[in-house]
Amino acid sequence: MYPIVKKEELAEKIFLMEVEAPRVAASCLPGQFVIVRTDEESERIPLTVCDYDREKGTITIVVQMVGASTEKMHRLNVGDAFHDFVGPLGKPSELCLEENLEETRKKNIVFVAGGLGTAPVYCQVKWLHEHGVNVTCIMGSRTKDLLFFVDKMNAVSDNHVTTDDGSFGFHGMGTDCLKSLWDAGNKFDHCVAIGPMIMMKFVCKLTKELGIHTIVSMNPVMVDGTGMCGACRLIVDGKVKFACVDGPEFDGHLVDFDLAMKRMQQYKSEEGRKKLELEEGDTHHGGCGNCGGDK
Amino acid sequence: MEVDVLKRIAIAEQEPQVRAKNFEEVCLGYTEEEAMAEASRCLNCKNPKCVGGCPVSINIPAFIQEVKKGDFEKAYEIISESSALPAVCGRVCPQETQCEGQCIRGIKGEAVAIGKLERFVADWAREHGIQPKAKAAKNGHKVAVIGAGPSGLTCAGDLAKDGYDVTIFEALHEAGGVLVYGIPEFRLPKSKVVAAEVENVKALGVKIETNVIIGKTITIDELFEKEEFEAVFIGSGAGLPRFMGIKGEQANGVFSANEFLTRNNLMKAFLDQDTPIQRGKKVVVVGGGNVAMDAARTALRLGAEVHIVYRRGEEELPARKEEVHHAKEEGVIFDLLQNPVEILTDENDWVTGIRLIKMELGEPDASGRRSPVEIPGSEYEVECDTVIMSLGTSPNPLISSTTKGLDINRRGCIIAEEETGKTSRDGVYAGGDAVTGAATVILAMGAGKAAAKGIEDYFASKN
Repeated sequence: MYPIVKKEELAEKIFLMEVEAPRVAASCLPGQFVIVRTDEESERIPLTVCDYDREKGTITIVVQMVGASTEKMHRLNVGDAFHDFVGPLGKPSELCLEENLEETRKKNIVFVAGGLGTAPVYCQVKWLHEHGVNVTCIMGSRTKDLLFFVDKMNAVSDNHVTTDDGSFGFHGMGTDCLKSLWDAGNKFDHCVAIGPMIMMKFVCKLTKELGIHTIVSMNPVMVDGTGMCGACRLIVDGKVKFACVDGPEFDGHLVDFDLAMKRMQQYKSEEGRKKLELEEGDTHHGGCGNCGGDK
Repeated sequence: MEVDVLKRIAIAEQEPQVRAKNFEEVCLGYTEEEAMAEASRCLNCKNPKCVGGCPVSINIPAFIQEVKKGDFEKAYEIISESSALPAVCGRVCPQETQCEGQCIRGIKGEAVAIGKLERFVADWAREHGIQPKAKAAKNGHKVAVIGAGPSGLTCAGDLAKDGYDVTIFEALHEAGGVLVYGIPEFRLPKSKVVAAEVENVKALGVKIETNVIIGKTITIDELFEKEEFEAVFIGSGAGLPRFMGIKGEQANGVFSANEFLTRNNLMKAFLDQDTPIQRGKKVVVVGGGNVAMDAARTALRLGAEVHIVYRRGEEELPARKEEVHHAKEEGVIFDLLQNPVEILTDENDWVTGIRLIKMELGEPDASGRRSPVEIPGSEYEVECDTVIMSLGTSPNPLISSTTKGLDINRRGCIIAEEETGKTSRDGVYAGGDAVTGAATVILAMGAGKAAAKGIEDYFASKN
């Protein structure tokens, strides 16, 4: 069992948990993910690592309640424990490897985080900050109430906050903010985009036009997370890749996002898709599989 | 009970129409009386060929003689000397090509039902609370075993019996490997049989740590350096599922057999636990091996009409005859000598059908099997909503890519000596699917057993 030592509500339907998992904490690096099961009947849910503390032996995860399984996770409190917590899975981010540090220092890096993507971006940006690499960040959400980690991100990067509805910070999407920074003379040569697939798709579209090499972190449906089931397969550069063992990070300009987004619908029920559309209201622009907003 | 020496004592099975709708075990097993009657058919050969056919060399005539006498506890002791998982092997071994294939009774009549007797003895022992015993005192030597599947459990069990301090590291949340994620409940009950045999291995002193992925959570080098293990056995199993590379294969409704079976077996989707599964109305399973049969019979039980599409003929089906027979009885439809060329989809990329081409058998290929050849112009389309690809697996690089000095072959399999499991790395042994590519439970167990012996010799050579 893996005890929860801290729980924090970050925003509407978004919460943070710090979990005791000494073996994972000893070996994990930014960019990797864990798989969590709440109880013995639960799904295996993949979550990208948000933070780790090797001394305390803990891993921090940030979760968005999107269905029954994540709601079940949310019902646990400090003192409760997860039934299973395995990792680190996937390859670490190449930016956050000691052996690449010299190369990384030469780069002009911008991170674009959307929604829940702020959590895994924080992990990478914090690591880079601790290793003396300063980066630019653009963190966005649909609206002010969904923002989290603004102070934390300010502390470790040149941070720009955006909201789709203009309720906080830059009025517009991450792509709009990136374009305006570029036009103002910030010539980035490396971009990391992490967030909803639709957002990563549009960041990649822009960075391709601007000629910025772009890495994305893919979060498809998974079961075992060790390469056994193939549920997480993607087409990257025309080839089948498994996000769990070949990724989760890939060259964003080579990922077939349209296919990946369609595959995300595989286990969403009709009701679930309708709920998503209803909840997001005016700010809904794809991801439901019904509205065509993904295209 | 009357015995016709040429014929097996019949064994009770669930009726096909009934079992096609449930996940209860198909075969119900022998009663004590039936087992003793079947055992009386054994000729107790002086030079028992059956033992040579068994990858773990169970003393078959000896245990059968005890069954004949009704001393089932003694029979269990004899089996346990050689096998850590008799209740599993009695159910899933291909006995017809191993022990039973060698049986002298089989020359004129039907071979002795060795597998069914093994199963009877193991089930009897479990029902009577009898567990195998460790023979030797603890010797203090620490051995790590990677993977709690058939090879790992066997290797760990054998080493623990001889006094070694063994820890198994399992990547999934449950021990058993393919026995829990791959083979369905109706062939191998999980809590009754698999969990009980895992408990037997633990009763020998073996520790099992789940949720640890060697190569990720901790490396083999760290096992030696930080956790003071003196030897390691790699039994990490087969790996990444293969796909055909045809159009439409990434569509919604196309699954690897591994995914479909893992959702159903490990994650218990058939019990309506949290993990979803696509039940499908009409399912096409591509492939002809045991895994294809398992996927087809699972889809059938989840309520679908199921077709097996295989590019060769009935004779060439790699699955066990018994599995093919059971699948047919239950209503799985076999579309043989056909091969998919494209998976058809709607505008949202959901599967709507499959385009097949008819095949005929040509000249024998390198494997000795006649190779299938497409018949030009024979393509046609079939409606379906689910396609399950059961085409085998290629090795998982998690361990080989993170372990220095561990040689792999061209196909990505770990290179290990067959007799000892010894790899290119000192103190590291390997066996099972990680070495051979996808094979059977019992061959993996045989490799685990050989490696346990190899590891013991390694310790002896160091002292």
